[in-house]
Amino acid sequence: MKYLSEFRDPALVQQYLDTLHRIVTRPWTIMEICGGQTHSLVKHGILTMLPKQITMVHGPGCPVCVTPLGLIDEAIYLAEEKGVILCSFGDMLRVPGTGKSLLEAKAGGADIRIVYSPLEAVQLARTLPEKQVVFFAVGFETTAPANALSVVHAEQLGLTNYSVLASHVLVPPAMEAILGDPETSIDAFLAAGHVCTIMGMEEYEPIVARYQVPIVVTGFEPVDLLQGITMAVRQLEAGKARLENQYVRVVQKEGNRHAQDTIHSVFDVADREWRGIGTIPASGYAVKNAYAAFDARRKFELSPTTAETNNGCMAGAILKGIMKPAECPYFGVTCTPEKPMGAPMVSSEGACAAYYHYAGAGVGEG
Amino acid sequence: MCLAIPGKLESISAQLDDVFRMGRVSFGGTIKEVNLSMTPEAKPGDYLLVHVGVALQVVDEAEALETFKYLQQIGELEELNPDQPIDRTKIPGS
Ligand code: SF4
Repeated sequence: MKYLSEFRDPALVQQYLDTLHRIVTRPWTIMEICGGQTHSLVKHGILTMLPKQITMVHGPGCPVCVTPLGLIDEAIYLAEEKGVILCSFGDMLRVPGTGKSLLEAKAGGADIRIVYSPLEAVQLARTLPEKQVVFFAVGFETTAPANALSVVHAEQLGLTNYSVLASHVLVPPAMEAILGDPETSIDAFLAAGHVCTIMGMEEYEPIVARYQVPIVVTGFEPVDLLQGITMAVRQLEAGKARLENQYVRVVQKEGNRHAQDTIHSVFDVADREWRGIGTIPASGYAVKNAYAAFDARRKFELSPTTAETNNGCMAGAILKGIMKPAECPYFGVTCTPEKPMGAPMVSSEGACAAYYHYAGAGVGEG
Repeated sequence: MCLAIPGKLESISAQLDDVFRMGRVSFGGTIKEVNLSMTPEAKPGDYLLVHVGVALQVVDEAEALETFKYLQQIGELEELNPDQPIDRTKIPGS
C-alpha cells in the first residue's frame, strides 16, 4: 500500500501534468463517473491545467442528480398524504419534484427529517412505534450496504413501522447505456473508486472487452485524478483497452464481499429510470419479496412513477457528456443553486453546480 | 454523496444485538457510532473508511490520516457535523 504524503505533493501534480503534455498526441474524451470526482476536478481547477487535447466529460455519477422527478413526488406524497416521517440524506431536500421539493413540503408542515445514516431512521422508528418511518434510500453501490443493513436491522428488531423507498442506481449498466448511445463519444472512463470499494472491479471487465474502452478505477483527490487520467491516456495512445486500478490503496479487486452479500440479501437487481437518461435495464435495486414488508412501494401501494415532465432542463445531455453545463441556456440565468431547475444544479456533486460554484467566468472551457 | 471518510476505531461499543457490532470512531476528534457489520475484522486502533454510518473497509493508517487532512483542508467534512452526532439517545430532527 502506498503512503499518501506523495499523493498530496504539488511536484507530483506537475509531474503528471508534464507527462500528460508529453504523451498526448491526439484528442481524447474521458468521462469521470463519480460526482465526487467531477467536484474535485472543477474545484481544483484541474480542467484548465490539462493538455487541450484532453476533454473531460462529467458522467451521471451523482445519485441525487439521476433520481427521477416521480420518485421525489412519491416521497412527498408519503410525507404529506400518508403522514409518515420521511427520512432522507440532506442533499435530496432541495431537488425539485414535479410540484415542489422535499424542503418545500417540510416548510408546509410535512414531517421530513435529514439523517446522516439510514440506521438512524431505524432507530427513530424504534423510538416512535406509533409512527410510520420511511427512509428515502437513494444512492449508488457505495450507499447500498448501509441501506440494505437498515432493512435487515429493522427486521431483526421486529419493527413493523420502518420501510425504505428504494431509489438505487448502479454504475456499470449506466456506462453501457452511455457507450451504446450514438450521440456520445467517450474514449475512456475513470470508474468511481468508492463504488468499486464495495463491488470490486470484476463487473467492468465485460465492458472493457465489449466496447474496447479503457477503464481506470480512480480516487477522487487531485493527484488520484491526474494519475487516473494519465493511465487512461497511456492506454489510448498505445491503442490498448484494459481495466486498471489507480486506487489500489483502497480498492481491492473483489470488493467487500460482506457488503455485497448484505446488498443481495435485501435487494434484487431491477430496471430503473434515470432522470434525463430514461429507463436503463437492470440498473437499480428493488426490495426482495422476502422483505416486502419493508418496501414502502408495496406497503403504501404506490403506483408506477409518473412520466417525466420537461421544464427545459438539459440534464440528460449533461449526464451523458454530450453537453457542458455552460452550454445550457438556463445555466446561471434562470437556473442557479438557489433556484435549481434540475438536479445537476442542486447537489454539489452535480456538474452544473460544480461549474457554477468553482469554475467562475471560464465555465465553458475544459 | 459517495464520499467515505476515514476515522479511527476507538472501541467496540455495546452491541445492539447479535449481528450489529457497533464501534466508536473518531474523525479528528468528532466521535460517532459506526456500524461494523461490513468489517468483521476491524479491531480497536484500526482505521476505517466510513460512509453514512457504516464502515466499508479497513484502511492503512497513513492513508487515513492523509485523506482526512485533505478532506479537512478542502472543507468536505460538513457531513460530520458535530451538532448532529449519531448518538443513539438523540434522534436528529426530533
Ligand atoms: S443548468 Fe440547470 S437547467 Fe441547465 S442542465 Fe443544468 S440543471 Fe438543467
